[in-house]
This record gives sequence, structure tokens and C-alpha cells, in this order.
Amino acid sequence: MSIDMSVSPAPLLPPQLMQTEALLTMRGLSRSYGAVRALRNVDVTVYPGEVMGVVGESGSGKSTLLRMMNLEDTPDRGDYRLRLPDRDDCNLFDLGRYQRRMLCAHHIGIVYQNPHLGLLMRHSSSGNVAERLLIAGERSFDVLRSKARDALDASEFPLARMDARPAELSGGMQQRVQLAKAIALEPALLLLDEPTTGLDVSVQALVLDTLKRLQRDRHITMVLVSHDLGVIRTMADRVLVMRHGEVVEQGLADQVFQDPQHPYTQQLVHAKL
Amino acid sequence: MSLSSLTKPWAATSYGFLDASAKRELRRKMLKAIAVPGCQMPYASREVPMARGWGTGGLQVTLTLVNPASTVKVIDQGADDGVNAASIRRFISRVSGASETWDTLGASIIQSRHRVPEETLREDQILVLQVPNPEPLRGVEPNMSIARQMHADADYGRLWLTLYEQLVRKGRIMQGAAYPSLVNGRHVMTPSPIPRWDVPKLNMAKHLTFLSAGREKRLHAVPPYTKVEPLVFSDRPYRVEDHQQLVCRRSGIAGYFMNEIPQDDGSSSFEVSDSNLGIKAIRRAEGETVDIGQTWYRGGEFSA
Ligand SMILES: Nc1ncnc2c1ncn2[C@@H]1O[C@H](COP(=O)(O)OP(=O)(O)OP(=O)(O)O)[C@@H](O)[C@H]1O
Ligand SMILES: [Mg+2]
Repeated sequence: MSIDMSVSPAPLLPPQLMQTEALLTMRGLSRSYGAVRALRNVDVTVYPGEVMGVVGESGSGKSTLLRMMNLEDTPDRGDYRLRLPDRDDCNLFDLGRYQRRMLCAHHIGIVYQNPHLGLLMRHSSSGNVAERLLIAGERSFDVLRSKARDALDASEFPLARMDARPAELSGGMQQRVQLAKAIALEPALLLLDEPTTGLDVSVQALVLDTLKRLQRDRHITMVLVSHDLGVIRTMADRVLVMRHGEVVEQGLADQVFQDPQHPYTQQLVHAKL
Repeated sequence: MSLSSLTKPWAATSYGFLDASAKRELRRKMLKAIAVPGCQMPYASREVPMARGWGTGGLQVTLTLVNPASTVKVIDQGADDGVNAASIRRFISRVSGASETWDTLGASIIQSRHRVPEETLREDQILVLQVPNPEPLRGVEPNMSIARQMHADADYGRLWLTLYEQLVRKGRIMQGAAYPSLVNGRHVMTPSPIPRWDVPKLNMAKHLTFLSAGREKRLHAVPPYTKVEPLVFSDRPYRVEDHQQLVCRRSGIAGYFMNEIPQDDGSSSFEVSDSNLGIKAIRRAEGETVDIGQTWYRGGEFSA
């Protein structure tokens, strides 16, 4: 007879999520660029309605992971599934370009750190939002206008400037346009790659407030990448810590911050304090 | 048994100016273009005795189609008597033995720059349009290989966005000629610089249309009875030029696409752009019996 003497692991989920099925599941994701192993055997699970924070030093693979989630790149190995209504479960990396584009247009929104990656700078702000709707097949000009207006409004973008070009806007406003574009179709998953990096602290706080409000009102599932632990702390329910392309720790935000297990996480948290 | 006993003795042929291998390539590409309506097919554009950009693409298609029984009409902006149109027409008939005509009704092949004739084309007629720039995505994607990828993926969001932007900035869609149109529900094409007036004529038409760009080395086609839909928003209808009320100062006919002739006093007068239609109307008014076909527009309204 053997007695299990191991300590039961700390719960990985807040109690209200324990029964829920995952929205996003990634298993065994690996990706190398030449000699650089950007992702090594990464497993991620994201539950509906939560904010998953991703932290890690520069070059640890955070943006690469997010690009994979947005189906912009295909890993060398790995499996990616999203539980969406009316969709068969399959490895999304098996989809062709057209299907990927349609899936992303309808179900995934992304905000890049660099607005140039996410916006057409010479088109109007409302047009940038409308493009998303056009890809999804909306063909009424009036509906495009009103949906673009609603999305910009929800992102707390000043509507008087809805037809201004992003090139003429401040960094904070550009991020709001990206956000409006990302949420225009009520995505199942919102990906945010350093959305407030590069903004000054007061603007950063305003953008974070908008994100919080969206999260509260619409229960959008978010994956938020930031190297700023303060941002993660205020926003995230759970945290994933990455280093050299690997996930070194994953758990409830409070737990990770109060009682980090991995030496790297300890270093990270203490450096911040 | 040897191969030579199974085949005819080989002799070089160069009927219709182009050599046999050039024509074989063009025929293949033209058949492909018909098979995938609106999809641009690259081809090796040959030298013809004309500068690129002056209709060499259309000419190569016409030379591939033509035979001694053909009757060829060539128009430039609707007119048969322009220098360029006249010399292309004479060249085609000289190298092929085909007959020449100005009359739309009598033509089996109509090569045209920038217009579709006003008289409704039939199943036994082929329209060959000269195209300067066959790529509707050029304005949104200068890289040709990415543009090709976008066509393959039916990725037309950015093209739609340019129309949205025009409505936002100008209150109306500014695109005049070469209005981007969806062919057979799949590929967006640029219907050469024909005016908006002419685009509905390609929709579910009885005739076959080839659109060929000699400098860009690409051709596409609209087969008979194929849908051609201008890209428009569901609540902003497609509008043709306001020529319904204009009267031709020479023939007196109205309700067709007109050329504007500026006058010294700053006003304008108008002449029907399809010059042969105007000529036929004048001759009929003078008492001759002239065949004027059914036209696509009647009383200025499109009715096909
Ligand atoms: N397309 C690519 N080609 C080559 N190398 C790449 C590519 N994308 C990412 N990498 C490499 O993969 C590693 C991870 O990059 P990634 O951008 O994911 O890091 P990150 O965690 O987002 O860093 P940062 O905090 O600086 O944004 C880096 O070494 C990077 O150079
Ligand atoms: Mg990054």
C-alpha cells in the first residue's frame, strides 16, 4: 500500500472558473526562427471571460505567442483550439489563409504595441474600424457608419474626430482606434500586445480604465501582454510567465505575485517591489 | 509507322501577323480566362507594329480570334474614324483578309478603347476591350504578387474601404471610369476605362468580352451570361453618368452616352459618343433605310 504524500497543487483557477470549459487551448507550441527558439513547447489555456496576463523579459516570446493566437504565423509544432459557437473543433493551424482571415475577422481582435502594425494610417479612423466589418461582409454604408461609431464610442474615442486619420492622432487615440477595430464585431477573444507601452502614465491609466470597463460590461476574454507588472496586476485574473520561449509559471495573479514559485518569477516580482 | 506519317508536313504559318506559337499561347490563356471569369491571366505579350499602351493587348487577342470570314469593327472612345482606330482596323484586315465595318450590327469582332457600343451585342459577337491597367487592387496594393494573393483569397476589404473613404470624404464615390466590378460573384476586375454608363452592359450580356492589357501582359474575360456587379454599398445605389437628358447636336438623338464639346462662350454642347449610331440616325433622318439595332439604353434608361 502506498500513501500519496504529495502536497496537492495550488488551484490554478478561480473557483468560478473551475467548472467552465476553456475558450482557448494551445498545446505543445514550438516555433524557431533560424537558431532562435522563440516558443518551446508552450501550453496555454484561457477561460471565457477572464483576463490572462502574459509577462516576461524582452525576447521571451510574448508577441510571438500572441501572433500565433491571431493565426498570423504557424508554429513548427502545436495544436490550437477555440471553442466557438457553430464551429467544429479543429486545430486552427490546419486552416487555410482564407478561413483564418474569416475566423479572425469574426472572432479575434488584436491591439498591437505599434499602431502602424494594426492601422492604415492614411485612411480615416472610422474607416479603419469599418474595414473589419467590410471583411466580415457588411455592405450597408449606414450600418458601417453606425457600427464604427459605436465601437469608437465604446473605446472612448472622441466621436468628433472619427474621420480623422490616425496619423494625425496622439498615441493614446491611436490605441483607442485599434481597440475599436478589435471590438467592432464583439470578438470572442481580445489580444492586447503591450497596448499601453509608450504612452505616458496618465494616458496609460485612461486606456487601462477603458479596457477594464469593456471587460466588466462585455465580459470579453482578453490576453494581455505587458512587461509592466503593475499593468498585469491591475488587469489580470491569471498570469503566465515566459522566459526564453518557455512558460515558467502559470497561475492566479494574486498567487503568482504574492508567492512566486519559479526563481525567475521571484526575481521579477521582487525587482518590481 | 513514324510520326511524320501521322502528321501533316510542317510548314511555318503566320496567318494574322502573330506566329502560331504566340497564338497558341494566347488561345490557351483566353480559354482559361473564360473558364475563370474576371481572373487575370498572364501572357507573353508579343511585339506588334504599334507602341505598347496603344491597344497592343486588344490587338493580340483580335489577331488570335480573327479569320477570313470575320468582320472587324474598331473604335476609339466610340468613334470608328479616329486615326488609331482606323489604322488598327486596316492592319487587322490586311494581315487576315477579314472584312472591315463601322456598323456594330455587322461586326463579328469589335475591338474597342474605352467604350461598349450602344446597340445591344449578340451571342455571335465578341467584344475586345483594350485595357491600360488590369489590376483593380493597384491603388490599395502596389505589390503585384501580394495583389494576386488577395485575388486568390477574395480579399477585397481594402478595396471596399477605398469606396467607404470616398463616401466619407466627398459624399459620393468618385470613381468614374474603370469602376471595380465583381465578376461571377468571385473575382473583382477593372472593366477597362469604360464609363460607368457601360458597365451594366457587361452584366448577363449575350456576347463574350475579352479585356487585354499588352503592356501589363495580362488578360481577363467576361463570358456570355455572366454576372458583373459594380462594387456598391447596399444603401448607396450605383449611378451612371447623367447623360439621360443630353441631346446630340449633330444627330439629334438623346439618351445615350455623349462627348462633351466645350464652346467658346463657356457652355458645352454634346455629340453622341457612339459615332456610328449617330451617323445611322442622321442617314435615317435623311430618308435612307438604315438598320439601327435594339439599344441597351432606351429613353436614357438601362433596360436589358
Ligand atoms: N519573424 C521573426 N523572424 C525571426 N525572429 C523572430 C521573428 N519573430 C520573433 N523572432 C525572435 O523570437 C524571439 C521572441 O520574440 P518576441 O517578439 O516574441 O519577444 P517578446 O517577448 O514579445 O519581446 P518584447 O518584450 O521585446 O516585445 C526574439 O528573439 C525574436 O528575435
Ligand atoms: Mg513583443
